[in-house]
Amino acid sequence: MTLVHDPFNIIIAGVGGQGNILSSGLISRAFCEEGYMVSVGETYGATQRGGSVISHIRLSRKKSYGPLIPLGQCHVIVGFEPLEVYRILRDYGHDTVRVITNDRPFYPLDVLQKRSKYPGVDPLISSIEVLARDLEIVKGTDLAKKAGNPKAQNVVMVGAFCGLNWVPLPKERFLKAIEETFSGTRLEINKWAFELGYESVMGH
Amino acid sequence: MLSGNEAAARGALEAGVQWVASYPGSPSVQILECLAAVARERGIYAEWSINEKVALEVATAASFAGMRALCVMKADGLNVAMDFLTTLPLSGTKGGLVIVVSDDPGAHSSIKEEDTRYLAPPAHVPLLEPTSPQETKDMLVWAYGVSEKVGLPIIVRLVTRICHARGVVELGAIRPGEGLPIPTLQETFITAARFHPDAHQRLDLIQDLFVASPFNLYTGPEKPELSIFVSGVSYGYALEAIERLGVEERVGIFKIATVWPLPEELAIENLKRSDQILFLEEIEPFLEDQIKALAAQNWDGVGPLTFMGKRSGDVPWVVKSRGMGEMDPDIATRALASTLNIDFQSGSARLKEKMDHLPEMDLPLRFPNLCAGCPHRASYWAIKTALAMDGRGVFTLGDIGCYTLGVLPSGYETLRTVHSMGSGVGLASGFGKLKGMGLEQPTLAVIGDSTLYHAGIPPLINAKNTGSEYLCIILDNETTAMTGHQPHPGSGLTAIGERATPVPLAELIRSLDIPLTIRDPYQVQETIETILDLLKKGDLQVLLLRRECALKRSEEELTPRVYVDQERCLGDACGCSRFCSRVFSCPANIWDEDACKARIDEVLCIGCGVCAALCPEGAIVVESERRENDVSS
Repeated sequence: MTLVHDPFNIIIAGVGGQGNILSSGLISRAFCEEGYMVSVGETYGATQRGGSVISHIRLSRKKSYGPLIPLGQCHVIVGFEPLEVYRILRDYGHDTVRVITNDRPFYPLDVLQKRSKYPGVDPLISSIEVLARDLEIVKGTDLAKKAGNPKAQNVVMVGAFCGLNWVPLPKERFLKAIEETFSGTRLEINKWAFELGYESVMGH
Repeated sequence: MLSGNEAAARGALEAGVQWVASYPGSPSVQILECLAAVARERGIYAEWSINEKVALEVATAASFAGMRALCVMKADGLNVAMDFLTTLPLSGTKGGLVIVVSDDPGAHSSIKEEDTRYLAPPAHVPLLEPTSPQETKDMLVWAYGVSEKVGLPIIVRLVTRICHARGVVELGAIRPGEGLPIPTLQETFITAARFHPDAHQRLDLIQDLFVASPFNLYTGPEKPELSIFVSGVSYGYALEAIERLGVEERVGIFKIATVWPLPEELAIENLKRSDQILFLEEIEPFLEDQIKALAAQNWDGVGPLTFMGKRSGDVPWVVKSRGMGEMDPDIATRALASTLNIDFQSGSARLKEKMDHLPEMDLPLRFPNLCAGCPHRASYWAIKTALAMDGRGVFTLGDIGCYTLGVLPSGYETLRTVHSMGSGVGLASGFGKLKGMGLEQPTLAVIGDSTLYHAGIPPLINAKNTGSEYLCIILDNETTAMTGHQPHPGSGLTAIGERATPVPLAELIRSLDIPLTIRDPYQVQETIETILDLLKKGDLQVLLLRRECALKRSEEELTPRVYVDQERCLGDACGCSRFCSRVFSCPANIWDEDACKARIDEVLCIGCGVCAALCPEGAIVVESERRENDVSS
């Protein structure tokens, strides 16, 4: 399958500790198996704890691109937190950017310490709606709780990303990547989390 | 798909590496972890050493014995190993020795952006730089051959965007175990100034190998209007810049993989292609300066040239979140566009226009934060409170680890200095003597357990010996937490998870005859009283605050449920100024905007109960029965 844009650029936007790296691993692994050239760039380390974290995923049929997406060139944002989505969208969003996000806020320390104010989920979502060509909200944390662990929201979001079919790829590719990543109870929880995310966007 | 770190480990396996030593440092921690995971099966010896200098010495031992060895460290660690490294080109090495050094342009997980390339010339050690995970793997295999041919260690400089990037890597065969050398010690390896010429001869030998290297590559028109000279991950950004601007017919690109010493003949040949040279590289303008010096030496052959880079201002220093040394595709494209007089704007014009019509919104930044339940937060709360009660303006020194966040609001901005591994204790050793000159403020140094083993013991001995007076607080979370829970000499575990002989910190301190007190930082009140008491006593004192890293605990244990009894929480009427969420500020302590009361984010809470002990109204409840890591709220 050819890509609408080549390279096709995906950003996962969240907060340190939300499982960015794991989900970028699942997505990139799934596309790699399908024969795409995939490059991933991410940041991690202790200084990311509680900080903004983004993973860049670049898909191509032609060649391996560098690990960072240029500004204004991101085609899909998979978001774990609305403030982080809006932050990334403003700088990296392409003319035709589409967004899928968990709308549960994760308050920065600065907000809890009342040094600054969280803009509020509703104003954030309505601004995202203006900028994005499509916006899909997923109750990622609630669905993850249902699957057995609220931390599995990252895999719920991967499931929803797969279900939306914005970049067509068979579901089995993702399930295989999940099976190769987890084992035991965690495998069961994450498979269920993926399914719940997938189903939540069916018919959308 | 492999990350750059995994690719480096794979390259070592394909080269037949039998020996690896490292001290954990981001962004290259995973290299040793990957090799440790296959160490038993492949007969590899893998070691987390006490610090980078010892790691290099341990790795070099295997090289002297004829085996191929790998040593891994971050840029800051090379400074620690530098004293030993500078001797090796004089004595020479035998079995292939490669040192992977990871730089962190942008300082994503470092306190500074150090450019390792500058340490290669004074050490007489050649340095290579790959452009992708694939090239990292291939280059490691090649580097072992070069190291053995010339008898020098080889540095492979990686950067964060290589280490933590992932890409498709075509694998080669792993060198089988049989046929690998059996260690023998035949030669002598002596460093003496009279061997200085040998170091230079070894570097001369390398010229032909570097000029013939498969990794240095020119692509583009025979005589381009402009040539980009590039090294490392910037190569990919440069290629993309050419593609985005559609200037394939106008611009050539010379990728330099053998960065020091330069492949002179090849570089001169490429300098003759065009009279305009643009440099794209990360952190400092090292390549730019090296090439300029080479061009000056060969001025009659290369003719007048215009050099454009960081020195000339054509490639701007862009201050981003944590540093100014990181290259990215937009900096590269803008620099190329401006040198070619092409109009180029980053970002989406359509989105920018829409944004003009959106309401202004201030987006709060996210400063890195100690994790929920982190024992360091409890320790910092106790220190902050004790210092306020002490009232003598205690000067507090920091060190390198998760607890460096003590400079930020997360650690109540407690720390007044932060420098390098062990330097807080070393500085304290000096401050503690300033009393003799009339300094009245007491000194307090905090240091983590792994950091203390790494570089904190000599300054403690120094203080004991000189009679320096200060309080050293060891924040002992029983692991090397910042880099992902690697064992240290106190852990009693080897890099491959086998039992090792632990060297407990408490025994070590006692053996120095320094008074030692041990407390649990979760017992905040008791800790506050202890700190006050020790500060009053004066002299050299060590307080060991021991509590396992909260991340480890949350992975392993069932945690008690902690919740706010909103009937008892008085909200803003309490007068506590939202103590739990705003003042103590554990990320699991949040504010319920609807109820205008405190709340616990049960997704984050690990059930340490410290906030419950501190809440003035006793409104936070710790349920005694343990629960699985799930949530019912």
